[in-house]
Amino acid sequence: MYAQMIKSTGQGVKSLDEMEPDERAFQERINAGGKIEPKDWMPEGYRKNLIRQIGQHAHSEIVGQLPEGNWITRAPTLERKAILLAKVQDEAGHGLYLYCAAETLGVTRDDLTRDLLSGKMKYSSIFNYPTLTWADMGAVGWLVDGAAIMNQVPLQRTSYGPYARAMVRICKEESFHQRQGFDIMMKMANGTEAQRKMAQDALNRFWGPALMMFGPSDADSVHSAQSMAWKIKMNSNDELRQKFVDQTAPQAEYLGLTIPDKTCKLNAETGHYDFAQPDWDEFFDVLRGNGPCNTERLEARNKAWDDGRWVREGLLAHAAKKRSAKLAAE
Amino acid sequence: MNTPLFEFLCRMGDNTLVLGHRVSEWCGVAPVLEEDIALANTALDLIGQTQLWLGMAGEVEGKGRDADKLAFHRDVWDFRNALLCEQPNGDFGQTMMRQFLFDTWHLIMLKALADSSNDQIAAIAEKSVKEVTYHQERSADTVIGLGDGTEESHMRMQRALDKLWPFVGELFIGDDVDDAMVEQGIAPDPAALRTRFDNQLDAALAEATLTKPADDFAHKGGKTGARHTEHLGHMLTQMQWLQRAYPDASW
Ligand SMILES: [Fe+2]
Ligand SMILES: [Fe+2]
Ligand SMILES: [Fe+2]
Repeated sequence: MYAQMIKSTGQGVKSLDEMEPDERAFQERINAGGKIEPKDWMPEGYRKNLIRQIGQHAHSEIVGQLPEGNWITRAPTLERKAILLAKVQDEAGHGLYLYCAAETLGVTRDDLTRDLLSGKMKYSSIFNYPTLTWADMGAVGWLVDGAAIMNQVPLQRTSYGPYARAMVRICKEESFHQRQGFDIMMKMANGTEAQRKMAQDALNRFWGPALMMFGPSDADSVHSAQSMAWKIKMNSNDELRQKFVDQTAPQAEYLGLTIPDKTCKLNAETGHYDFAQPDWDEFFDVLRGNGPCNTERLEARNKAWDDGRWVREGLLAHAAKKRSAKLAAE
Repeated sequence: MNTPLFEFLCRMGDNTLVLGHRVSEWCGVAPVLEEDIALANTALDLIGQTQLWLGMAGEVEGKGRDADKLAFHRDVWDFRNALLCEQPNGDFGQTMMRQFLFDTWHLIMLKALADSSNDQIAAIAEKSVKEVTYHQERSADTVIGLGDGTEESHMRMQRALDKLWPFVGELFIGDDVDDAMVEQGIAPDPAALRTRFDNQLDAALAEATLTKPADDFAHKGGKTGARHTEHLGHMLTQMQWLQRAYPDASW
């Protein structure tokens, strides 16, 4: 999931009886499965929470271009290069849809960008890990897009209309992303000894970080309870993580790869896979800026933004000249 | 000795391969999100066209080489792209100026090739014209917008034009391969495309308030493979690395 540790009001969820009429009508609409649209009344907490969540999701799509872009120029065939380019182009498009959805809540893309570049807003922890071999392009598609889908499919039913609609468009493309990743893994896992080694190494490095994408257990979190009442979060982190492991473990077996967790096996009683928790200390380190690539990722985005300033200013100046020329002609 | 048709197809395919690679280097670091998307889209189109041109080159050659074999297993002296395509990205202005100069030539060339006596070439050209029409519109708009933008953007675009101009002439210099193509009605005489190119260029540069350099000196050696710039070798070390390092692997 691309949004982690999103804070809500920090207060407990109110009951319908505790609410003022506006808020009560709002909550009843959500409870009945209705959509909230930009012009509708909404609690300030809902709006702020959504901005944080959608913004973080958008930033993740943008920063997420970097680890895959790292391999576009080294893609081993023309076909693979084309597929990877198409995927990364999709991700940039996802960023665009999501920034547009956030803008309906009264922020601008520039505001959000500034907060990303200053480090005030976060993006998913997963993109702070390096992509070291071609097999990582497989692992990212298979595991990272796979985990993202787990979260994004239910969000198609989220209460905020523009967000839900953005999710519908995004989900259409995500399954292609996961498939191309799995396809790379298949080639590698069934390839030469060196390729198998790359594939296993990629799984070893991405397994834990993929599990962390769902965030730590939020069973007792007031933030999550509020987000779920508002239907901007549809499932608990543990639920989604379990679903992800249940889906992924048999796929790893099919590939002939070993999940780097000796305890990961099907539990006949529960019908689910048991698995070990990832290293949450590492997760909090990454969130604090100490992941393997935090510095590079943020530097790359800042450099792109700074280097691009003259371009943005130039195009704006030209557009303004054309507007005033048109006015003068009228 | 390669046949002229094989040579010609490599020239078309190497142009798109090498330029597509350069454009793809922008992934994730463009000045605005819309440009990230547009650049990825351009690179994607160019790589797709490469598959068609080099795929056909391999068939024509008849030695069992496919597009990937040609892309990833030839060395610098076997590449036939124009020198313009291999020039480094520089700043965004230089990238877009290179794109505009190439797109403008490319579109005129492809439109001519759509009437080729060779049906397969005509079909590839026709498909490519659709994509390149969009590339050319976009790169021309960007060159105009930045040329006529702020003082800084104007200065940067003029600098890019001055720097790249010596690589434009090569696109219009014909040789024995071109003569053979003209004779068979496969492709136009490169020199015959110049007037249309100049007209389109002059119109766009006027709108962009940019000045075409007076000196028409042209570097050459890319399309014949006689002398590439130093940049191409470095590009190939990246592009071909996996294929070269793991020759028995399939991907
Ligand atoms: Fe995405
Ligand atoms: Fe993604
Ligand atoms: Fe994706």
